[in-house]
Amino acid sequence: MRQQVEGSRAIAQAVAWCRPAVVPAYPITPQTHIVEAVGAMAKEGTLSPCEYLTVESEFSAMSAAIGASATGARTYTATASQGLLFMAEALYNAAGLGLPIVMTVANRAIGAPINIWNDHSDSMSQRDAGWVQLYAEDNQAAVGLHVVAFRLAEELSVPVMVCVDGFVLTHAFEPIELPGQELVDAYLPPYHPRQLLDPEEPVTIGAMVGPEAFTEVRYLAHHQLLQANDRFPALAGEYAAVSGQRLSALSAYAVEGARTVVVALGSVCGTIKDAVDELDASIGVLALTLYRPFPAAAVRAALSGADHVIVLERAFAPGAGGVVSADVRAALAGLPARVSTVVAGLGGRAVTKASVQTLLAQAEEGRLGELSFLDLRTDLVDRELGRRDDVHRTGPHASHLLRETGVPSTRIG
Amino acid sequence: MSEGVKFYQIGSRAVGNRLLDESLRTGQASPDRQNTLNSGHRACQGCGEALGARYVVDAAFRAAKGKLIAVNGTGCLEVFSTPYPESSWQLPWLHSLFANAASVASGVAAALKATGRDDIRVLAQGGDGATVDIGLAAVSGMFERNDDVLYVCYDNQAYMNTGVQRSGATPPAARTATTEAVGPRPGNLFGAGKDMPRIAMAHEISYVATATVAELHDLEAKVEKAMSLRGARYLHVLVPCPLGWGSAPADTIRLARLAQRSGLFPVYEAENGEVTSTLPIRGQVPVEDYLRPQKRFAHLFGDRPDTEVLSRLQLLADRNIARFGLLPEEVH
Repeated sequence: MRQQVEGSRAIAQAVAWCRPAVVPAYPITPQTHIVEAVGAMAKEGTLSPCEYLTVESEFSAMSAAIGASATGARTYTATASQGLLFMAEALYNAAGLGLPIVMTVANRAIGAPINIWNDHSDSMSQRDAGWVQLYAEDNQAAVGLHVVAFRLAEELSVPVMVCVDGFVLTHAFEPIELPGQELVDAYLPPYHPRQLLDPEEPVTIGAMVGPEAFTEVRYLAHHQLLQANDRFPALAGEYAAVSGQRLSALSAYAVEGARTVVVALGSVCGTIKDAVDELDASIGVLALTLYRPFPAAAVRAALSGADHVIVLERAFAPGAGGVVSADVRAALAGLPARVSTVVAGLGGRAVTKASVQTLLAQAEEGRLGELSFLDLRTDLVDRELGRRDDVHRTGPHASHLLRETGVPSTRIG
Repeated sequence: MSEGVKFYQIGSRAVGNRLLDESLRTGQASPDRQNTLNSGHRACQGCGEALGARYVVDAAFRAAKGKLIAVNGTGCLEVFSTPYPESSWQLPWLHSLFANAASVASGVAAALKATGRDDIRVLAQGGDGATVDIGLAAVSGMFERNDDVLYVCYDNQAYMNTGVQRSGATPPAARTATTEAVGPRPGNLFGAGKDMPRIAMAHEISYVATATVAELHDLEAKVEKAMSLRGARYLHVLVPCPLGWGSAPADTIRLARLAQRSGLFPVYEAENGEVTSTLPIRGQVPVEDYLRPQKRFAHLFGDRPDTEVLSRLQLLADRNIARFGLLPEEVH
């Protein structure tokens, strides 16, 4: 059924059709609409049986999810930004224990400075937690990815994070094809856990492991996660067959024969495709949905013909550069392609078609270096750096920069 | 439960198990006892926590007719009971992290309810650091939501597993690795520390109780009482630690008893936020009797006892005695 619906609401509905039995929830912008909608369905009984736990922190949300999942309940939660970081210890624990929890991350920047708007700093910071990471390009994909996520998580007994751009997707109303209960039931079998806390068959879960076997335990987790490289495309294919909605680990747009290819994750891919469409140049776009495990072989195959690969990142590693770029460079080792990192759209700064076209023009002219920041206000930065040289007690950057810009607003265009 | 029984062991005044009616004897006296925490674990000699945990989990296991899941915070109990690839636990047991035993247990209880298996009961356990410090928010959240979990804190009054550092449950003047017995105010500061049972009571949950490993019948009875109720329940058990307290392994029971008889550790029950019963002090002792055998208080004694600090500690005991009415006239 096709509905004009908010992204969060569509995600909540898709999750409810997956019949999670336990949903621990804690509010944080911009994921709140999702857990609010799931909570309402649990309370009114349209999602039943479901225990909806209003916990006191994200750390406890993931902890309760760990307990529930180990007790044999399909478990879901959602978070964002600081909340994801606050549950970091439990994220690694859930993965280490091999518990198939599914979680939405409504991508949002990490402070300081505190910022509620969209970028990928949050989920990128947890890329090595041992979770599968899927990035939705639009809300239609977000809906399907959640349904596939439960199937993938439970088949492999690994947790899955579905990353959805905060506000840009979560708060956008658009027509979305929704799968419905019957379709989801046919696609997603009931949860049969691989390990279970059961008095009939008592097991110890979470025992201490020393040097004698820790490497082996970690290797097995790596091995298990790598299975998703094959299983995600297969399960996505099955979902496409029943729903008609195509999902793939990575999607290539005009990549065939392109000299330059832009690699990106999430909703910005749509803008980049639009930008490319209007240019008379040999530029393709590679949108990554599956980021962990990193589909290195598929990325290498897709980019093997490119001379120049531009990784447009919604996050970065201070003191180092690109995050996704590092994976892309490793995947392209030995190939002639040059890789540029472009950090874009931090803290909700709009990545506009015009900015992307300017960037691509620079690339065509060979003026794009190894690392650059899209639409960086160099005037502001230079003034602040100059002040640093002049006075010792500079005070907080943020207030200076806001004074310079005049109004604390998001610049668009 | 021992009221009316006239036989006392010499010195201890505790009722001997052999003298009790069979129905009143501890479950540990039964050849069919569960041993949910089985022998072979790596606890130190004289470990109060190992003893307390065995009584608690066995009693809970009996009350739940074997349908019990235990969740454990990180700490001594977790470490000494599960040296890879062995486990002492004879029941389903889950360890996740240091700070989250309460919220993991909430998740277990929620899953049992959602999947129609809430005949299975949930027990969460942690040390004092896991409970009063790093996990306090999770414990408080579990209380406030009234999740169907019995949370047990084994309080040995410091971070023993990491090498005896101060916790929010360390008593004033005690020496730890982070409150050294040096300087003008040796040991832990006065005025610090959290009274966790009273914090639990403030949540007005159905049941809060304190106990020590010196009164094991009392401990078992409290576990049974807690298991007869649903919702969030809290049990705070004082468990002497020979390593951290600098006491002889053979003195674990004696020190637990002296803690109660000095008034420094009040033993009581509370229901819905109100105290409903106390374990009266029989044969009150001055705090010195409790403190002197412990090396963590050695700096208070020696050639020139620190009478000022000792009297401040006595005042704490006296305040507990007054607050809970631990010295009723008839039991003097």
